[in-house]
Amino acid sequence: MDKTLPTVAQAVAEIPDGAVVMIGGFGGSGAPIELVHALIDRFLATGHPRALTVVNNNAGNGHVGLAALIEQGMVKKLVCSFPRSADPRVFTEKFLAGEIELELVPQGTLAERIRAGGAGIPAFYTPTSYGTDLAKGKPVEEFDGRPYVRERWLKADFALIKALKGDRLGNLVFNKAARNFNPLMAMAAAKTIVQVSAIVEPGAIDPESVVTPGIFVQGLVEVAAPAQEEELNRAGARYPEIAA
Amino acid sequence: MTDRLTSTQIAWRAAQDIADGAYVNLGIGFPEMVARFQPPGREAIFHTENGILGFGEAPPAGEEDWDLINAGKKAVTVKPGTAFFHHADSFAMVRGGHLDVAILGAYEVAETGDLANWSTGPKGVPAVGGAMDLVHGAKRVAVITEHVTKDGKPKLVKRCSLPLTGVGCVTRVYTSLAVIDVEKGRFVLREKLPSLSVSELQTMTGAELVLPETITDLIVPEL
Repeated sequence: MDKTLPTVAQAVAEIPDGAVVMIGGFGGSGAPIELVHALIDRFLATGHPRALTVVNNNAGNGHVGLAALIEQGMVKKLVCSFPRSADPRVFTEKFLAGEIELELVPQGTLAERIRAGGAGIPAFYTPTSYGTDLAKGKPVEEFDGRPYVRERWLKADFALIKALKGDRLGNLVFNKAARNFNPLMAMAAAKTIVQVSAIVEPGAIDPESVVTPGIFVQGLVEVAAPAQEEELNRAGARYPEIAA
Repeated sequence: MTDRLTSTQIAWRAAQDIADGAYVNLGIGFPEMVARFQPPGREAIFHTENGILGFGEAPPAGEEDWDLINAGKKAVTVKPGTAFFHHADSFAMVRGGHLDVAILGAYEVAETGDLANWSTGPKGVPAVGGAMDLVHGAKRVAVITEHVTKDGKPKLVKRCSLPLTGVGCVTRVYTSLAVIDVEKGRFVLREKLPSLSVSELQTMTGAELVLPETITDLIVPEL
């Protein structure tokens, strides 16, 4: 078995129009920028994929990564908890112009909906959002005298995530707080594509240290020195670069 | 004596109630300041929603690792005893009642313990983050805030007028003038600035203050 893929272009080649795509990361930490940029390259070359529903904690920052994906008009709907950032203009303008739909989900509910999607749990009850605008229209039930809001699972056709290391079986370890949503999204997508800084031999990752077992991973591609969104933004980067 | 506490002094006062060994989440912005004023000899363990327990202070400029940030997306550091975990575990810590204290900012707090701190109304782009999760689960949900708005309107009210973050969730409010507990749907005055009379404080508060036998002077060092 070998789940490795030769290029980021091949890694994102199957994502169709209208797909639900989970993109890992919390802001730039753990964001699979190279996979997202490969998706933009494909769109610029072929016109596909478009009309994507993207699940991410945020809505991009600046003009790279998720913000660039939105800027290209590839995203029809965003499911997220916090569509603000240091430079949220790309999303803000599209949202205020009615060009992108937003489903706002409290952060812990977003994480748990994704986890539930990966775990085969179609719905669960949470105290979060009870009595607020974000609970409107959702069933409420009392358990042991306290009210809880019912939330549905969240699943995806594809997940694009980032890890530090992976072996050809798809076993993954992450880097510090860049773990965040990545292991959950790996579980919740029909196909999970991972960019890793290094592909290692099976056995090189201590089985006790595996964070995401390979069963949740369908493809992985090596991006040896991945960009950091924060550093790209500090340098004023845009994707794709505008020819001078 | 000052007329009101500065933000730094409010943060200092809130920090005095955090016990040794407490697991604490500080909201983004103003509440983050509380971490600076841990009393000597006490060690609290700070939780950040994006998956770190026991993180250290900000690194020097130029030494940031952007895979190592807090919920406010600022760079932090590791220290001995730091733990990383994914987002579902992080919010299990929150909702599961494992945190001892969450300290948050507020637009309004109602005497019922309702909190409004995420939205000022329907304009613009709505964003909630982890606020609605954090108000559930921590054993104590404390708010730090100015006592009144910039226009002088009470922030402690009978019922919130802004969109709610949570219902009946706040247990204590540290303001620029007083420390007030929320008990059985009432504001109970625990401490107030000595320069301020109870009736003066009442006029700046949008709901009735319950007065226990002992009201302590709120005394905070110049910081």
